[in-house]
Parts: sequence; C-alpha cells; structure tokens
Amino acid sequence: MTKRKRAATPIPPVLVVGIGNPDRGDDGVGPLVVRQVAEHLPPDLICHVGIIERTGDALALIDDWAGRDAVVLVDAAAPVSVSGRVHRIDLLEDRLPDDMSLSSTHAFGVAAAVGLARTLGLLPRRVIVYAVEGEQFVPGAPVSEAVAAAVAGVATLVAEEVAGLLREPVAV
Amino acid sequence: MATRTIRVDTIARIEGESGLDLHVRDGRVTSAKLTIFEPPRLFEALLRGRGYAEVPDITARICGICPIAYQMSSVQAMEDAFGVHVDGQLRELRRLIYFGEWIESHGLHIVMLHAPDFLGFQDGIQMAAEHGDAVRGGLALKKVGNALMTLLGGREIHPVNVRVGGFYRVPDPKEFAPITEQLHRARDLAVATLRWVAAFPFPDYERDYEFVALRHASEYAIIGDRIVSNRGLDIAIGEYDSQFEERHVSHSTSLQSVLKRRGSYLVGPMARYALNFDRLPADIQALAKEAGLGPVCRNPFQSIIVRAVEVVYACDESLRIIAAYRKPDAPAIALEPRASVGHGCTEAPRGMIYHRYEIAADGSVVSARIVPPTSQNQLAIEEDLCAVASTALDLPDDALRDKCEQTIRNYDPCISCSCHFLRLAVHRT
Repeated sequence: MTKRKRAATPIPPVLVVGIGNPDRGDDGVGPLVVRQVAEHLPPDLICHVGIIERTGDALALIDDWAGRDAVVLVDAAAPVSVSGRVHRIDLLEDRLPDDMSLSSTHAFGVAAAVGLARTLGLLPRRVIVYAVEGEQFVPGAPVSEAVAAAVAGVATLVAEEVAGLLREPVAV
Repeated sequence: MATRTIRVDTIARIEGESGLDLHVRDGRVTSAKLTIFEPPRLFEALLRGRGYAEVPDITARICGICPIAYQMSSVQAMEDAFGVHVDGQLRELRRLIYFGEWIESHGLHIVMLHAPDFLGFQDGIQMAAEHGDAVRGGLALKKVGNALMTLLGGREIHPVNVRVGGFYRVPDPKEFAPITEQLHRARDLAVATLRWVAAFPFPDYERDYEFVALRHASEYAIIGDRIVSNRGLDIAIGEYDSQFEERHVSHSTSLQSVLKRRGSYLVGPMARYALNFDRLPADIQALAKEAGLGPVCRNPFQSIIVRAVEVVYACDESLRIIAAYRKPDAPAIALEPRASVGHGCTEAPRGMIYHRYEIAADGSVVSARIVPPTSQNQLAIEEDLCAVASTALDLPDDALRDKCEQTIRNYDPCISCSCHFLRLAVHRT
C-alpha cells in the first residue's frame, strides 16, 4: 500500500455524480448538490475529481465510473422521516434499499447498476451514497424548502468525503 | 363455482405499469385483458399550436429509449407535408442514428430483460453471475448504440440534433474513427449474442400472425416507402388511415390499433424479418439460418433471436454507411412550411410508428396523431396470452404467472409510449 500521488491524471480518481431530474421537485437535489461541491473543495484537489450529473438510465453509471478509484453518488430518497434529512450509505458496509432498484426498459435504478457492477467486478473500490429525503416529486416543481435548505450542507459533506477518499491509501 | 386468483402487483423487466386479467371457464381461457391504467400523456394535444420545427424535439420526449423513432417519423411527416424529400447522405445519417437506437434498445432488451426468462433467473443481475460475458457484451452493445446517438444526436437520451429537412450539424468523416473501431467489436459481440440466444430452450408455440412492416425497394426497411403485410396489404404511408383504426377499450387507457375488417396484427422484429428477409444481405441470412431461423419466424418466444439478427445487421449497415460517408454540403435542405397534411412512418425497435400532422400556413401544428408500436401490438399480445395460457392451465399459479409475463416480454412492450405494467389476476371458474 502507498499514499496516492497528487499528480493530475487523465481520469480523475474520484467521481461525484448528482442523480435526478431538476424538473421533478425534490428529485433534483442530486444535481443541485454537485453543482456546489467544487466550491467547497481545496483548489489543489479539484483536478482529481470529476463531477457530473445524470438524469436518465442509471446503467450508464457503470461506464461513468470505469477506471475510477471511488465514486460518490448524490440522489434523492423517498420520504421516510424528515424532508431534507441526509443518509450516508457506504457500500463497503451496507446495501442500497431494494426500493432503489427500479428496473424497467427505460430506467434501471441506482441499486440495479451497483448490483450489476458488483457482480461483474466493475464497481470502484469505494462507493458512497448520499441520499436526501424528499417530500414531493411533482413534474415541473422546484425542490421543496426543506430540501433546498439542505443542499449547501450536503455539498459540504460531499466535499469532505471526496477529500477523505483522496487521502486514503490505495493499492498499487 | 370456484374462482382462483393470482395477483402480481408489479412485473419486472418491462416498461410501465398495467395489469392482466385472465378469465378461465371450464378449463379454457375465455379472455385475457391488458388492463393498462397509466394516465394518458396527451402529447398530441400538447403539440397543437407549436411550430413544426419544435415537433421532433417534443415527440422525442415521449420515450427515453426510442426517441429517434419519434423524431424520424415526425420529420418524415413534416417533409411529406412540405413536399420535400431528404435523400443521399442526410438520409444515410438518419439511418445511422436510427441503427444506434436499434443496437442500444435491442442489446438491452435481449440481455438484461428477456434472456433471464429462458435461463431461469429473476433478473439480469442474477444472470450476470453465471453469464458474465454475455451481460458484458449486452452492456457493450448498449454503449456503442448510445455512442452513435451521441455523435449524431448531440446526446444519447432525447437527442437534439435532428431537424425537419436534415440535421442541425453533420459530422466530419474523421469524427467517425473512434466509433468505427467500437462498431467492429460490437459486430463480433452481436454475433456471439446471436449464437448465445439461439441455444436457449424455446416453447413449441407458433401463431399465424398478420405481420405488418415497412418495405423498401432495396433495404431491410428502417425508413421505408410502403406498408405491407403477409396477407396482401401494400399501401403508401399516407394511406395508413384507410386501413388501420384505433379503438378505445374499457380496460385500457391506451388505444388499441386494428386493421379495419381484419383485426389484430403484429409489428416489430418478427414482422420486419418475415416481410423483408429477402432484403437482408446473404451473410446475415446465413447467420439467421445458423441460429435456427427460416425466412419466417412465427414463434414469439424466438423474437429474441430475430432481435439479435437485427443487431448484427445494424452493426454491418452502420459500418457500411460510415465507410461510404461524404460530408453533405449543407446539414439540411431548405424548405418552406405550407398549409398541408403530412404522414410519416418508420421502424422503431418495437415496430413501426406512425405520425400524421396537419400544418397551418404559418407552420404551426393544427392537429397531430401518433400511433406507437405497443398500441398496435396490444391485441396481438392479448391473443398470445389467451393461446399460451390455454396450454399452461395445469401449471401452478406462480408458473402460470411467469409464463404470462414472459409472453408479454416477447414484445419488449413500452407501455408508457402507448400510454405502464403488470398486475395479474387469474379468475378460474
């Protein structure tokens, strides 16, 4: 094991993905969060991080994270307790809930993409999911007040997570 | 009177939500109804008053997996209305982006949605543990299809580069270099996938369908000239309304299409294959024969083989189009809107898709009509369910349910396009 070298690489080792549709109420929280992550990162780390948004088929995530060491996914979650509440799920230790595994011709969910990648050996070394509880997912609606109020805080958490992942020793 | 009920709240590996009610009397299936309850999406009303140029981008939003089909039928209809014909390299580029959609859609359905039925897995993720190479192949095909759509359409989902008269931008030949290498690999993967699915165990079941598909003078039609059937139908696209009608049925929020005075018909890969086998290159015909197909396939469970044949063809045609590509002088031909009516019909992965638009003199849409493939196949699906379930009534409820679900997945239906899927109730009396 060795410490990661900080030289810029063609494929940044850490990927942050905001998942969701900004035109469907609180489903848009993922993209809103990742748009703020860069401003919370130390300047010397920015070149080591890829930040993208995904609104469609989650199977594309398998291509997105190919060659990455770690990925942080930010997604909306169905209401369970309090709108805007943030759940951190480390896939080294936990599994995603089954109800995140929507499977249809049009849309494979995040859990399906993670499950398939795990089976095929295509999952990055670390996968961390930040799930933000929403309250409404109405087409055309903005995010709710509670979720909007959580966005900056989640962006900070994700930036700290990324910095931590970049500090982790990786096998060479 | 004894009643036996099976209920499945949600069926996996299919697009959308609906239910199925089977009615069984004296050991015989008397009816099978797809109870589609998804709310109508009202796209045709939404288009009224919009400019003709907006239509390809609006109709692309009907479907996340076959947006090109909606774009192609809509631009063809507009061009028909304005009296222009897109040909040459622009037409070839349209076929190329359409083949991208076929490769992506078929690759996903064959491997991730349909194959688990034949191999006894709950889903593609379970199947991946034992058939990893096949699943990797399916994902690679999907990726290549998406790459073609991104190159020509600007993005893989809801592309934005297709316009009435051509494209907004056409690529330089050198832009095709990376995709050409990918397509050669995809062709090999497609052949491997064809041989893999050809070895699946298939139920001994055939039905005498009326196949309906597009026909072209020389090509295996994806963009064609005539609508033909194996029972004598041979009409211009503009004559669609004279032969087909949509009906409301009380158990479905989706309209059901029928051939006037004849009833159900089948669109999609099996229809295209049966009606256009002679348009396939000899080496593709030979691959189909090696896979166990004759010139006509009437077993809907073997539609997975036909889809795999079409993927090989799509890869070959894509490579041929790219090799012969010369950048057009302009990305689109000039046109002037006029008050008129236009018709378009092209072959979506699931079957032909018909559009009709009435356009005002200022180019705005007066009325729109869109008939997706799943609406056209609904009645055929119900008839298949009746026939398949009739041969399987001795099965326990779970096995009968699985058989019905597989029968539906043979069609790769897109319920959201037609208006979603499956709660199954079997009533035995």
